[in-house]
Amino acid sequence: MLYREAGQFKTSYVADSAIFPLRQDRIGIGLIILAAYALAFIGNSFLLQAVMIPFLVFSLASIGLNILTGYTGLLSLGTGAFMGVGAYACYKLMTAFPEVNVIVWIFVSGFFSAAIGALFGLPSLRIKGFYLAVATLAAQFFLQWCFIRIPWLVNYNVSGALDAPLRTLFGIPIVGATATPQTRYLVVLTIVILLTWLASNLVHGRIGRMWIAIRDMDLAAELMGIRPLQTKLLAFAVSSYYCGVAGALLVFLWYGGAEYDVFNINQSFFILFMVIIGGLGSLIGSFFGAALIFILPIVLGIVLPAILSPFGISVGADVIEHLRFMIVGALIIFFLIVEPHGLARLWQIGKQKLLVWPFPY
Amino acid sequence: MDILYKILIEPFVFMGEAPDLLIQTLWEGLVSGVLYALIALGFVLIFKASGVFNFAQGIMVVFAALTLVGLYEKGVPAFLALILAAVTMLVLAVLVERIVLRPLVNQPDIILFMATFGLTYFLIGFGELIFGGNPKEMITDALFLPQGTTELDMLGGRVRLQHLDIAAAVIASIMIGLLAVFFSKTRIGRALRAVADSHKAALSVGISLNQIWVIVWFAAGIVALVAGIMWGARSGVSFSLQIIALKALPVLILGGFTSIPGAIIGGLIIGVGEKIGEFYWGPLVGGGVETWLAYVIALIFLLYRPQGLFGEKIIERI
Repeated sequence: MLYREAGQFKTSYVADSAIFPLRQDRIGIGLIILAAYALAFIGNSFLLQAVMIPFLVFSLASIGLNILTGYTGLLSLGTGAFMGVGAYACYKLMTAFPEVNVIVWIFVSGFFSAAIGALFGLPSLRIKGFYLAVATLAAQFFLQWCFIRIPWLVNYNVSGALDAPLRTLFGIPIVGATATPQTRYLVVLTIVILLTWLASNLVHGRIGRMWIAIRDMDLAAELMGIRPLQTKLLAFAVSSYYCGVAGALLVFLWYGGAEYDVFNINQSFFILFMVIIGGLGSLIGSFFGAALIFILPIVLGIVLPAILSPFGISVGADVIEHLRFMIVGALIIFFLIVEPHGLARLWQIGKQKLLVWPFPY
Repeated sequence: MDILYKILIEPFVFMGEAPDLLIQTLWEGLVSGVLYALIALGFVLIFKASGVFNFAQGIMVVFAALTLVGLYEKGVPAFLALILAAVTMLVLAVLVERIVLRPLVNQPDIILFMATFGLTYFLIGFGELIFGGNPKEMITDALFLPQGTTELDMLGGRVRLQHLDIAAAVIASIMIGLLAVFFSKTRIGRALRAVADSHKAALSVGISLNQIWVIVWFAAGIVALVAGIMWGARSGVSFSLQIIALKALPVLILGGFTSIPGAIIGGLIIGVGEKIGEFYWGPLVGGGVETWLAYVIALIFLLYRPQGLFGEKIIERI
């Protein structure tokens, strides 16, 4: 009953095109951000380290892929590799210029990823749909091969893995073994909020409309004066930028060191799951998708033994793991059947219903 | 100049000096090409008839092979196990059609693609739950698959041919031939082609789409079973076979998603190109190029023919 648009009049074009036209929505988003920051101080380190940080990192990567697949309609399976480019670039920059703050390098490393992404985006001019998806697999496998075969990328260390050296912000360690989950969570949260805000502005502006036009029908868009080359490559670059930053965050603020195998093909599929389950062409859907696909298996891992044990069925960790796979697979199909447009659409429907609740007439 | 020499001249000189090695490499390429083609064939069958890009084809290969080996280990005779594995694929086809495809009819391609991802996850979990995650040996003896090698003297060297590879090539060729006859001569085959041409037109002349889908998924399941036996005999039955199935994707885009001859020729080109590239040019960059070379070959072909070698011409209208 609190959620009503009655009495909120739009008196200017700016108000009409606002992203959150309802006052309640604006208050809600503010509360969510406040709660997210408050969580850093009340959540325990398991929640922050194993749930919230990866959730935010995957959300960022999903936003990246969503810009490409959801908004521009170009299917890509190279996300994992583009994340890897960001992580390796960040590592090289961090170790080559230790005096510059690591936050700067996290943002800069995205540009390397963007350049590589734009390069592998070139075939998208001629090939479309699933053909393009397979073409981006070339990027995935080629880049992954580079991560293994070029020891320069990891400064010739013997393990061949990325490690996180100690880096501080205002004297507090944020990267490295001594950084607490709390500070890392705060850094990740701030970066994700900042980049989400930027993405929101991009997709709601002229550039976003160009992307959507290309998605809906690229031939028609071209006839209307949208240049497909620049628009598609821009989508690839921006998308890869987000993936690159997400990759850098994943290695240095979540794992604290990683091998090339983190950026394998399964990572790409994983992010694609999130985007499709969350809702193609929706930023909030990226968060929902990441939450469902990443947090659901964790919850199942905790809940399943609790459900099964009262029945006298004691099962090993491996059986739980298998059941988890089965349930996640079944749920993906279930969600697709219930709402093929993703969780974002469900959210929208829910909000519409709430607006007229409890008298839907 | 030195690097140019190494890339452009040295490998060819080497080929000329040791023709037996070249033939050996070509043979290995052809065999793996046939096997890629076999996996790609499963994709093409389903894509043609239902427009679904079936990501689960790889796991179906593993699942079929695991069912076969798992049943045999439980004491079922080999050929009964083979039939039971085929029946399992039929059950799977019916279930997929009922539970996944029917509710999702008329959805965009990407949604159906995603649904097959869900299917893949489900089958991975289910397969591991029942058969365990450990790699298994394929029952080559019980299925009377030949083993051993023949060495041929030719061109001043020796070429080794694995009997298993020869059998794989023969069985794959028979399989492809049977499918070709099935598609062109039988009633169901013609119905399948009609559906591939146009769903609506096929429906209007009284072809049941649901039935056709069950049939193609079953056919793809049988192809998966054969591919599983062959791959399993070469490298063991394990869930890592699923990754090999990804190799069928460049084969697909090379040949075109909708063409059966395309899948075969694409498979051969990819198989041969990959082996030759790895053997002659691989050492220049430190080896291991096999993982991505197939995709790059496919990508280069695609830049000239965006619909693949034999795919239907893409006509765009506004």
